[in-house]
Amino acid sequence: MKIVALSGSKVGSKTRTAMNYVVKALNEKYSDVEVALIDLAEYDVQFSDGRNYLEYEGDTKYVTQTIMGADAIVIGTPIFQASIPATLKNIFDLLPVNAFRDKVVSMLVTAGTQKHYLIAEQQLKPILAYMKAQIVQSYVFIEEMDFHRKEITNDDVFFRIDRLVEDTVVLTETYAKIREAKEAEYDF
Amino acid sequence: MEKYRIDPSKGIEFGLYTLGDHIPDPHTGERISAQQRLQEIIELSKLADQAGIDFFSVGESHQDYFTTQAHSVVLSAIAQATENIKIASSSTIISTSDPVRVYEDFATIDLISKGRAEIIAGRASRIGLFDLLGYDVRDYEELFEEKFDLLLRINEEEVINWNGEFRAPLKNAKVLPRPKDGSMPIWRAVGGTPASAIKAGYAGVPMFMAHLGGTTSVFKRTIEAYREAARQSGYDPAELPVSTAGFFYAAETSQQALRETHPFINEGMKLTNGQGFPKQLFAQSVDKSSIMNIGSPQQIIEKILYQHEQFGHQRYIGQMDFGGVSFDNLKKNIDIIGTEILPAIKKYTAKN
Repeated sequence: MKIVALSGSKVGSKTRTAMNYVVKALNEKYSDVEVALIDLAEYDVQFSDGRNYLEYEGDTKYVTQTIMGADAIVIGTPIFQASIPATLKNIFDLLPVNAFRDKVVSMLVTAGTQKHYLIAEQQLKPILAYMKAQIVQSYVFIEEMDFHRKEITNDDVFFRIDRLVEDTVVLTETYAKIREAKEAEYDF
Repeated sequence: MEKYRIDPSKGIEFGLYTLGDHIPDPHTGERISAQQRLQEIIELSKLADQAGIDFFSVGESHQDYFTTQAHSVVLSAIAQATENIKIASSSTIISTSDPVRVYEDFATIDLISKGRAEIIAGRASRIGLFDLLGYDVRDYEELFEEKFDLLLRINEEEVINWNGEFRAPLKNAKVLPRPKDGSMPIWRAVGGTPASAIKAGYAGVPMFMAHLGGTTSVFKRTIEAYREAARQSGYDPAELPVSTAGFFYAAETSQQALRETHPFINEGMKLTNGQGFPKQLFAQSVDKSSIMNIGSPQQIIEKILYQHEQFGHQRYIGQMDFGGVSFDNLKKNIDIIGTEILPAIKKYTAKN
């Protein structure tokens, strides 16, 4: 199983800090899972110009092809101006319409205020659903007060991330089994 | 319809097209050489011609896994190798070519083939060729509109005066040679959406509508939108031919057809578009209401007749070679088309 942990912003450190723990939890618990962490702060990704994702070059090509090659994606995102960051939206824009078909996508959100809690529900989930993702319904929402100097300081956050990681892996395995059984029925 | 060399009294025309894809056999992972693929495409056109198939066309895609980038050169070989079959491009990306050169090429093919050539001009669904040929993809729409317009004018006017943004002006220019009848059929290639179709309607140009999957009922709206747009612009839709183009594969049973085609389309699409064709969707393709003409010969006959009844179109062309399908299976299909499908669809659609 291939899982991409996508840290969706170039700004700040909270999302990356939390995603580091996602990767750690995945590696420690699931030795057969191949994890790739993509922190958009470390890549020079161009804006979508409408071409097929196979036709991009450089970092854009690496990022889009790695995501398309994954069985599951854990999206980590901060909330800016009451929405997802442009860097993350650009990733969606770079990918094809049905990019997340047969993929499980889960979400981790960091935010400066509780007021942003429903933004993933109202803005991120509809995008993922449109792109045909199997969405892990519960997401992890982490507030500013749970971080201190690039460390998570609230044990409850670790528990919640552990559950998110487990749900992501379990659902990916389950959907794969359902799909295999269904496809075998078609007999072609 | 005469202007477009179509005689509706003879019934719906049936054709084949290839994108010239060059893809490994998904079962063995092995790929024939580009030379063999090109020879087989030419051979396929000959067999289609001998089977009485009306039309054969070749497309251009400038990227990995394709081999007919120089599609007009391939068509010229086909013109020489065949006798009666109409030959065309599917499609010529006019946006990234010089319409004068395109017209020279296809008028020449028309003369070599003794009046059998047509141009289907499109905007490209894969846009890698913009970089390769030195164009800016941001001009995608304008490049097409301007150059397609020039292509149409070259077809109508023997001496042309023209000014535009993307090409040097033409002053009292003669574009030679002229096709056999002085002009030749030129179609606008359209994706399946009404938004794309109305552009062909507004211009009063024949429409070639490509469809991947979906139902006949949905594509009927696209065709209706095209005819309505033509009517609004003062053209008579009854004078404008419509052609459809999509996946085709016939085998003894529908299950066998699915088995013999899905792995090829699925793997081929992964390589060329980055995503496969889900089995769930593909399983629906044998249904009568699906636009994909895949199934047993009888199922396909019923589907083509149903589509004809719904669309009132003049031509259907099928793509059966996508994804490295073996030449033996292509030959089998040509045989089924010639002996079963063609006689049936002609019988029911020809006016006697």
